[in-house]
Amino acid sequence: MLKTTPFHPRTAALCASYAWRRWAGYVVASSYGLSHEHEYHAIRSAAALLDISPLCKYLVRGKDAARLLDRVVPRDVAHAEVGRVLYTPWCDAAGKVLDDGTIARLDDALFRMTSADPGLRWLEDNALGLDVEIEDATDSIAALALQGPASRAILQEVCSKDLGALKYFRTTAAELRGAPVTISRTGYTGDLGFEVWVDAPDALAVWDALIQAGTPYGIAPAGMLALDMARIEAGLMLIDVDYISARKALIPQQTSTPFELGLGWAVNLDKENFVGKRALVEAAKRGPAWRFMGVEIEWESLEELYADVKLAPQVPAAVWRTSVPLYTDGDQVGYATSGGWSPLLKRYIALAHIESSHAAPGTRLEMEVTVEHRRMHATACVVRRPFFDPERKRA
Amino acid sequence: MVKKCDAIVIGGGHNGLVCAAYLARAGKRALVLERREVLGGAALSEEVFPGFTFSVFSYVVSLLRPEIIRDLDLPRHGLHILPLESTLTPLPDGGHIAQWNDHDQNRHELARHSLRDAEAYDELGRLLHQMARAVRPLLGMLPPDPASLRVRDLASLARLGGHLRGLAPEHFHALHKLLTMSSADYLDEWFETEALKATKSASGIIGTMLGPRSPGTAYVLLHHYMGELDGVFRAWGFAKGGNGSVSAAIAAAARRFGAEIRTGAPVANVIVKGHRAVGVALESGEEIQAKVVVSGADPRRTFLDLLGPGQLPDDFVAAIRRFRFRGASGKVNLALAELPRFAGLPDAGPHLRGAISISPSVDYLERAYDEAKYGEFSRRPYLDIVIPSLLDPAMAPPGKHVMSIFAQYAPYALNGGWTDARREAFGDAVIDTITEYAPNLKGAILHRQVITPADIERTVGLTEGNIFQGELTLQQMFFFRPVPAWARYATPVPGLYQCGAGTHPGGGVMGASGRLAAQAILGEKA
Repeated sequence: MLKTTPFHPRTAALCASYAWRRWAGYVVASSYGLSHEHEYHAIRSAAALLDISPLCKYLVRGKDAARLLDRVVPRDVAHAEVGRVLYTPWCDAAGKVLDDGTIARLDDALFRMTSADPGLRWLEDNALGLDVEIEDATDSIAALALQGPASRAILQEVCSKDLGALKYFRTTAAELRGAPVTISRTGYTGDLGFEVWVDAPDALAVWDALIQAGTPYGIAPAGMLALDMARIEAGLMLIDVDYISARKALIPQQTSTPFELGLGWAVNLDKENFVGKRALVEAAKRGPAWRFMGVEIEWESLEELYADVKLAPQVPAAVWRTSVPLYTDGDQVGYATSGGWSPLLKRYIALAHIESSHAAPGTRLEMEVTVEHRRMHATACVVRRPFFDPERKRA
Repeated sequence: MVKKCDAIVIGGGHNGLVCAAYLARAGKRALVLERREVLGGAALSEEVFPGFTFSVFSYVVSLLRPEIIRDLDLPRHGLHILPLESTLTPLPDGGHIAQWNDHDQNRHELARHSLRDAEAYDELGRLLHQMARAVRPLLGMLPPDPASLRVRDLASLARLGGHLRGLAPEHFHALHKLLTMSSADYLDEWFETEALKATKSASGIIGTMLGPRSPGTAYVLLHHYMGELDGVFRAWGFAKGGNGSVSAAIAAAARRFGAEIRTGAPVANVIVKGHRAVGVALESGEEIQAKVVVSGADPRRTFLDLLGPGQLPDDFVAAIRRFRFRGASGKVNLALAELPRFAGLPDAGPHLRGAISISPSVDYLERAYDEAKYGEFSRRPYLDIVIPSLLDPAMAPPGKHVMSIFAQYAPYALNGGWTDARREAFGDAVIDTITEYAPNLKGAILHRQVITPADIERTVGLTEGNIFQGELTLQQMFFFRPVPAWARYATPVPGLYQCGAGTHPGGGVMGASGRLAAQAILGEKA
């Protein structure tokens, strides 16, 4: 059977669409309303409340906790101060990305790691000989993302800690209407936002408090469809959609280095050692064969293709997640892995893997689009990620 | 001589029928001669008790080649393979562990026992998928003779070598492990849950007089992993109507292509003239001529019974005599008034629609093997149970059920030999074993049929009751099956071929031997 999250009694009652989606063995709402439009706009204009409990969560504690995490990820964990959150990919020995997630330093010897796929076995195997204890807290910790311009004000209503002092990618322990929580200024929307981590038994109280406090601000529970659009605008990749974990790849071509995913900034080759370092040193020397970029499908070009069949341009109603070829002069030089129509930017955007020689921003490629059952090519311009990066995100 | 045809196929088992169908499809006049009144060999459905139909012997389909289903258009002739979606292993303490086709369901279930195993399961699955992909082309390849310098063997060997060279180093290492280790040792490297290891290792010992701790069994695990239906790896299925419907569909296809099929026509011997097979003599005295004679019987029957002494080279005869059969398993077929109720599980539900495996620990399996090693049947045997009436209700009267129990070990060479009393004692051991997990079973039995390896040999002619026409162990596979240098379906007697599971790639109701034999025959005649 599929699992439900600790928020299910609330989310199920709200899910008027009856549209559910599987996420790591749990069911979560695709959208609550019949359309996800309102939920998307709440993320960008007010605040949205998202149940992100299915994330895999591990509590890593002990004398060697920092040593273990520093060893398994390419970012510098050892020197991260308490209260810091690091977004990071991690790799196998061949330097190919296994997964990506966050590591929050809750205390000197206590970290919370999130991942998309279960990784307990991998952590334990790497912890051999270290004084560290790893607890799978996926079920015992519930998590909510409160995202959007009003998120801070809402959260401040129910929390005594000064959230103005909580900087981007920092975390703090707090009480939320009496329930002990940790709050991190993180998210998957590229907007001002927070994630609230709470023991499962307190989950419903926290949900209720946030909905109550948020209602005057226009809070809306939001599902995965709205989140998917926001994360593409934010240029954030999704495992199994935009890249394949080296743990699941069946052929080497399906794997990626962090450099090929635009995550070179998260690879600290000055660190003494970490899993995959030797391979990544070589990969860094060679330079990535692929780049993970944004592409924008040019409206005029789309309009022309539709005009030929006497139709107005049509754009996807929700994010698509299929591999779509990108060409230059008839040769395929890349593929887009997810994309959609940004209601805010009024642009048709996608995330794409492009051969390095064709990946410079401003390069004009052609993307396959299907117009009235025929495969056509529309002009797609290579752009930097993110597509949308409001100042409030970090402010 | 009354009759002439292009090819005579001895034995109407599924491989013989596949071979005849392919020959007929190529325009050859093919004649199948079956000793029994029913077709199918060990792929047989029979209404053993009024209203209750059983796949009497073989009972699931895993490896039936999709190209055979397509080439012979078998669904048009009634073949419908229904998936088995789970494997349930009940445990002695009243718990259970199940494996499900659905990824999430499987992960949650395994995580109840071990979070590590839930993750390792996916990783092993990926590795075996890659390994199966690496090894699978061999199944469809005519086996080369590595000692030969003939162009076709060299080319085939080169393809094989190129294929192996194409493996990534870590896959080559994994293949080496699979070829040399025992399934228990191999699975120990992956899992910590005893019942999961045991249930997985069981697929390495099915039909073979080896235990989970016997070296070489890890490969058989992979062999079974290659079960493929509709292009989907690892899809085990149950043929609607029982495994007899597989044979019936192939027979119908063969007839549509123009093959003639005679039942009740036991072959006494192959007629050899001037060192060449030229036809067969039936036990009735009738003789039939053919350009080619193809034997679907196992290697011992084919070469030691159907040919006379002196018709084969001595070293070949010696090799055939060394080819190991050692039937290790029996069957118990039950007609049930109600479904078994397993402790801690609902009375009915999807867990009963898959396989049910009595394999609580590796020790349990190895202990079962220990008894067989010294000539006794296992008092607590490994069991692979399906309830076909839940997949195809027509197998039993409404509300009633049939249960098919594959039971191992039941050694062919039982101390003192198999008697009626020993057979029923074995049946009792099987039923007592299940009753420990599902206490209502004993009271639900309306009829029972117990089949020992001796019964299998006597009824369908499989030597020593080996379900694969010869043990499926590494030293008897690929170009060793059945005899080095004669693994390409031809035999030392020109005009005589083999098409049974005693040839590469072996048993498992896959039909591949029949197809490859037909290709070899057509290739040489073309």
